[in-house]
Amino acid sequence: MTSATDSDQADHQVRTTGGLVIEDLGVSLTGKDVDVVDDIDLVLKPGEVVGLVGESGSGKTTVGTSLLNYSRAGAHISSGKVLLEDRDVLQLPWKEVRKLRGEEIAYVPQDPASALNPSIRIGKQLVELQQLRGIGTSESRLAAARAGLEEVGLPSDDEFLRRYAHQLSGGQVQRVALAMAFLPKPKVLVLDEPTTGLDVTTQKMVLDTMAALCRTYGVSALYVTHDLAVVANIADRVAVMYAGQIAELGPRDTIFANPSHPYTRALLDSIPHLSQARALKGIPGRTPSPGRRPGGCRFNDRCSFAVDRCRDEVPALREIAPEHEVRCHRVGEIGTWDINIGTVPDADPDKPRDVILSVDGLNVFYGRKQVVHDVTFDLAKGEVVALVGESGSGKTTISRSVGGLHKDWTGTLTFEGRPLATSARKRTSDDRRRMQYIFQNPYLSLNPRLTIEQIIKRPMELFGLAKGKEATERVVELMGQVALGSQMLHYQASRLSGGERQRVAIARALAAEPDVMICDEITSALDVSVQGSIVELLEGLRLERGISMLFVTHNLALVRSIAARVEILQAGKVVEEGSVVRVMDTPQQDYTKTLLGNSPRID
Amino acid sequence: MSATTPPDTTAAGPATAPPPSSFFRRALRQKRFVFGLAGTVLVVLFAILAPFFAPYGEKQTAGPPYSKDGVFGTDYIGQDVLSRVMHGGQEVLTISVLATVLGMVLGILIGVVAAYAGGWWDEIIMRLNDVLLAFPQILLSLVVLTALQNPSAWVIIVLVAAGHAPRVARVARGVALGIVSRDFVVAAEALGEKRSRVIVAEVLPNMTGPLLAEAGLRLTYSIGIVAALGFLGFAADPGAANWGQMMNENRLGLQTQPWAVLAPVMVIAIFTIATNLMADGLAQASQRGDD
Repeated sequence: MTSATDSDQADHQVRTTGGLVIEDLGVSLTGKDVDVVDDIDLVLKPGEVVGLVGESGSGKTTVGTSLLNYSRAGAHISSGKVLLEDRDVLQLPWKEVRKLRGEEIAYVPQDPASALNPSIRIGKQLVELQQLRGIGTSESRLAAARAGLEEVGLPSDDEFLRRYAHQLSGGQVQRVALAMAFLPKPKVLVLDEPTTGLDVTTQKMVLDTMAALCRTYGVSALYVTHDLAVVANIADRVAVMYAGQIAELGPRDTIFANPSHPYTRALLDSIPHLSQARALKGIPGRTPSPGRRPGGCRFNDRCSFAVDRCRDEVPALREIAPEHEVRCHRVGEIGTWDINIGTVPDADPDKPRDVILSVDGLNVFYGRKQVVHDVTFDLAKGEVVALVGESGSGKTTISRSVGGLHKDWTGTLTFEGRPLATSARKRTSDDRRRMQYIFQNPYLSLNPRLTIEQIIKRPMELFGLAKGKEATERVVELMGQVALGSQMLHYQASRLSGGERQRVAIARALAAEPDVMICDEITSALDVSVQGSIVELLEGLRLERGISMLFVTHNLALVRSIAARVEILQAGKVVEEGSVVRVMDTPQQDYTKTLLGNSPRID
Repeated sequence: MSATTPPDTTAAGPATAPPPSSFFRRALRQKRFVFGLAGTVLVVLFAILAPFFAPYGEKQTAGPPYSKDGVFGTDYIGQDVLSRVMHGGQEVLTISVLATVLGMVLGILIGVVAAYAGGWWDEIIMRLNDVLLAFPQILLSLVVLTALQNPSAWVIIVLVAAGHAPRVARVARGVALGIVSRDFVVAAEALGEKRSRVIVAEVLPNMTGPLLAEAGLRLTYSIGIVAALGFLGFAADPGAANWGQMMNENRLGLQTQPWAVLAPVMVIAIFTIATNLMADGLAQASQRGDD
């Protein structure tokens, strides 16, 4: 293992033995004196995977692409060095940068489907890549393409080489992208959230492949992601970014065992665990965008430890232990952190249940195709039931059928003992009011032309619950409950961040005073800290109002913290069901065990 | 939790986005919109006010045919070209604008209903629409106009609008398709909103950008068709001044007296370019408001 011998290398040695050194990197907006990222110092040792973690708006992708001397339109690299074997990538002439990209520093994008040319066969793309760079002869190129595919665990026969990108699954496409990145034998690899959107099983496969290749070839990798759990599984070192700066940097085990920056701690507090339920906590406020970042420590306005000094003085990145650097004034004063903080008892599996909604023998069709087969489960008052499965398992289809958004289904749906009609329009107004649906993507579920007040007020008017001034007062009250300031009343939805939009969507559902809420992956489009606060909010609503929830998700760890019962779905069938504690601690089915085994975990 | 929650500032903080300036002000920041608006307003004002300042009456003879008297000379029967141009705008512009508005309303209605209804309704509506599309726009008007004696201005408006409607419908349906599948429309459905309200309150407001651009294009075509009909002799009042008709009347003298044709052509060109620039600018401004 190379990483062991590298542990105490000085910078100079790193330069001569490969790896990459980033010194004082800064990226600014063009035409304005505003930094997107600044003061980035980072070393990638050969064969090492460094996880660069941050929430949206932290500048993590900007840092990633800067290593290839690339910045998106409207921004430019304003300072610093990126040293690869004593050459400064940022100072190289354009021709050499072109040669260097891909050949020495490779990039794997977030959405591989858009990185592969849809009209060129996979084999040709792999061969062309080498042709372009003048590597090998025509025979050796084809052989290298086959070898590359085998390395990432894909078939290398002619049939596979002749396929187009659309004939591959998401995981396969991502592995082809990995193979393409590794083909020219680069020294440094930049991966920009390459597994976002993949199922846990596929994600694990891609991650394992990547880690193995990096270690075999001594490639340094910068793994850019928002997912701390993924980083905990693959990275050697972790850099946590906040508002354009590195807040904390250290070996993986140190970061997870002894996080020393309040932001890192807050992030870890907002992440659910697989092994135990937790009371998730979000970080109040939102990530400041470039140009709106506070003076002093950039985290001071959201930090629970902030003192006057944090508002006045800019903290420097200080080394508090070997290889462990933290950008915080109060690093020695804020005590230690324990991973078990916030752990709560699992939902009691023996609690008596008062069933409010039951689904019996549900079969759902899309045209002639049956996508859900004979699904039966029920939901009790004040209970959260999770529908869990990978993409294509039918979890969203089930929830849409229950919510009356998809009408092509058979079976019985009983609400308080009364059967419900297939589509929402055929149900009574009161049934529609009492069952509310919250959508996955808050960017699509709110009409961008309406104001927050109009959006939240509408269900009240429609169901005759309140109108006029009274309704406006209720809107303000609901906004308070979902932690939105009343000054947003007249904002258009397009002005809000993702987390704020989802709160509006929840407030809209609450405005109808529902008994059942169907939550369709409502946190998967959001940052973890926002997810934490949404889950916190839902848990409060459940306890306070006794609302039952059908919670659709692919995240098993989240299930543990929010649900009492779980239905594990595979290909439209329930493979295992029961209380969360029982299913997750003693899974009976192989599929459940595989899912649990492949889920990234930090505990 | 208390019944009335005090304004909570934790979530909003100081970092909320700046308020978007009004739609019109955003459009004004676009050069093309400013130019387009200025051009359009100028031509419209010209058409409305010019008759009061015209040196000669609409049908008044000013001298011998095709002579150089006056600014632009005289036309084929000796009327002053400048005065004819000044008188000839009102009818063309009124008919074009009304025809465009009517055509847009009809087309949007057809397109949005088809997209929102979906399934068989969509198929039936759009295939019927395709049949209408098969007729060249000017041919439809010509067939009806030749059959009628002394058609009124309303007939021309309805005919031009009828030609626009199926073309607008295609565009409107395409735009609406991308919106009716969005979750906020589904959410309105799930709440049990009336279908008409879903269309008016949820779908239509999100279509303004592309529809404004289409309106600009349609207005241009309207003027073209109305002018062409005038050129072919189908104006509401054959003796009256009309930019389209003027081109026809004076084309034989194009070599001796080009201004008699060029002057109306230039006004029409300025107006169509200006309206298009304006619509383009509006469309861009409304798109920027989306993100």
